Amino acid sequence: MTISIRSVEKKFGRYPALNHVDLEIADGELVALLGPSGSGKTTLLRTIAGLEFPDAGQVLFGAEDVTFASAAARRVGFVFQQYALFKHMTVAKNIAFGLDVRKGAEKPSKAEIAKRVDDLLKLVELDGLGSRYPSQLSGGQRQRVALSRALAVQPSVLLLDEPFGALDATVRRSLRKELRRVHDATGVTTIFVTHDQEEALELADRVAILNAGRIEQIGTPHEVHDNPVSPFVCGFVGEANRFEGTVSGGRFTSGAVSFGANGVRDGAAVGFVRPHDLVLDDGGLEVRVDRVHVQGALASVSARAADGHHIEITTSRADAPRFSGAIKVAPRMSHVYPA
Amino acid sequence: MAAQPARARHPTEDPAWVKVLVIGLVALFLGLVLILPLAAVFAEALRKGVDVALAAITTSDALAAIKLTLITAAIAVPFNAAFGLCAAWAIAKHDFPGKALLITLIDLPFSVSPVVAGLIYVLVFGLQGWFGESLIDHDIKIIFAVPGIVLATIFVTFPFIARELIPLMQEQGVSEEEAAVSMGASGLYTFWRVTAPNVRWGLLYGVLLCNARAMGEFGAVSVVSGHIRGLTNTMPLHVEILYNEYDFVAAFSVAALLCLLAVVTLVLKSVLEIVQPDVKRGGGH
Ligand SMILES: Nc1ncnc2c1ncn2[C@@H]1O[C@H](COP(=O)(O)OP(=O)(O)O)[C@@H](O)[C@H]1O
Ligand SMILES: [Mg+2]
Repeated sequence: MTISIRSVEKKFGRYPALNHVDLEIADGELVALLGPSGSGKTTLLRTIAGLEFPDAGQVLFGAEDVTFASAAARRVGFVFQQYALFKHMTVAKNIAFGLDVRKGAEKPSKAEIAKRVDDLLKLVELDGLGSRYPSQLSGGQRQRVALSRALAVQPSVLLLDEPFGALDATVRRSLRKELRRVHDATGVTTIFVTHDQEEALELADRVAILNAGRIEQIGTPHEVHDNPVSPFVCGFVGEANRFEGTVSGGRFTSGAVSFGANGVRDGAAVGFVRPHDLVLDDGGLEVRVDRVHVQGALASVSARAADGHHIEITTSRADAPRFSGAIKVAPRMSHVYPA
Repeated sequence: MAAQPARARHPTEDPAWVKVLVIGLVALFLGLVLILPLAAVFAEALRKGVDVALAAITTSDALAAIKLTLITAAIAVPFNAAFGLCAAWAIAKHDFPGKALLITLIDLPFSVSPVVAGLIYVLVFGLQGWFGESLIDHDIKIIFAVPGIVLATIFVTFPFIARELIPLMQEQGVSEEEAAVSMGASGLYTFWRVTAPNVRWGLLYGVLLCNARAMGEFGAVSVVSGHIRGLTNTMPLHVEILYNEYDFVAAFSVAALLCLLAVVTLVLKSVLEIVQPDVKRGGGH
């Protein structure tokens, strides 16, 4: 199911939570809504689900305008931030809920429901836990139950609000892979919300970056990481050293730091250099290494420029020994935006 | 690491003598104000033997009073359970204009003296009241009759269940309901299958409290009852009449029975708290 969000606006009181949001999602795509807390991610997701109605604009599922259709009519699968599992029902009853509520011809037989529940439990690797209650499960297991409950109704779109937010790092990583696997197995159009850029970049086909109720950029993880369209995106997606300075004649200068800024108009500007884009260069900026921290195959170098500006560099572990004392570095790539 | 103190004390724990003093004071107070009078009730009731006490609670007037009390509770409690559930649901899960007013109104019976509550009904339904004449025309008796007693009891016990459920439902939020609705459940289905089961222990707790008060209510019921023996006397009113007639053994016997009903309620409540320790949070599974 393709999903189109057209000029959607939503205010809470006088505060705009969504400001003229446009978004097109292709059938079978896995899209991340990425943004800081309060940027409107949940509101956008709930608007797509029909749990919130926009003040202006349209939401389309395929060619159908569902802007004011009820959540039930949209057939979405929604995974809530805190899972919202039914506490007093077993795991199996939770998963079967969306089928149990159906009436008449639409309602599958008991045996069909039981079979579907079993299949879903297998899909999320929870076989045999159907008779437990949510309180008897770990956080990661609850998350899987929430996911299979949302999938049970064979939704036209699967929506997940910070699905891994409440879990510890290890469980989080394994569930990320799981979501990707489930998505690939079912082919259902999926939108998930996260404030974790690493999660978004790793998991999604495309990432939409929200800031203060607006979509700043939408693109593949590569595009948003390598070609950020705004200082906000550049600072939010991936690590970056940030410099405030001026552009004059196609060159950005901030204290001792200086690099090319082709096509940027003269005046105040802000420049970003990703840690892995800083390389040793005899003609570069002189910095003093404070600390080297090895992480797997990579090494993070904390350094300081002559003017005291803190600079992060990432290099390969093999090259790490060359980063000590006073060194000279230059960016092989940078992003400069008029301030 | 420093050596362990001889006896590890929790940081917020007070010295032993403070605890003993405070607990002792509370026990003394409870003993004087609660246990002693309660024991006195039973002692007085049984002063002339079990037979006399039994005879006192099986006179036709006493039996009528017991019956009326049970009928009153049997109507008032389910009514307030239904109302409390609806009100708590509306207040905790929805936003609507006048919500603050509704919350205040629910508390009204707590802040109004029961006597005043009774008088309100007399004013409205009594002979000289607003609807007095039309009620007589249709041969409907409310004041000095069972309907008045039930109405007054409902009024007085109105807040118990709603008050128990509102914070519980508020704490539980609306995400389970949203989940149900997003999977196609109707509002009513969601209420019965999701909202109500989540508060069932809190509801039971509220019902017990409401029942205890419904059976024991004196003030409001006294005003609307008319004290017609064998017809409009509830157990508390019957106790008062017997007492005023210096029939102490009978008065205390009926009082003891009333106490027993209350004790049963409290025991049920305690059992509930033991088997369902998170009853206050409404948890369950
Ligand atoms: N029900 C609501 N009532 C009032 N303000 C709300 C409500 N829901 C969200 N907001 C506000 O809208 C903004 C966006 O919220 P939200 O979509 O939850 O952000 P995010 O999920 O990105 O953290 C926030 O400033 C939040 O305070
Ligand atoms: Mg959110």
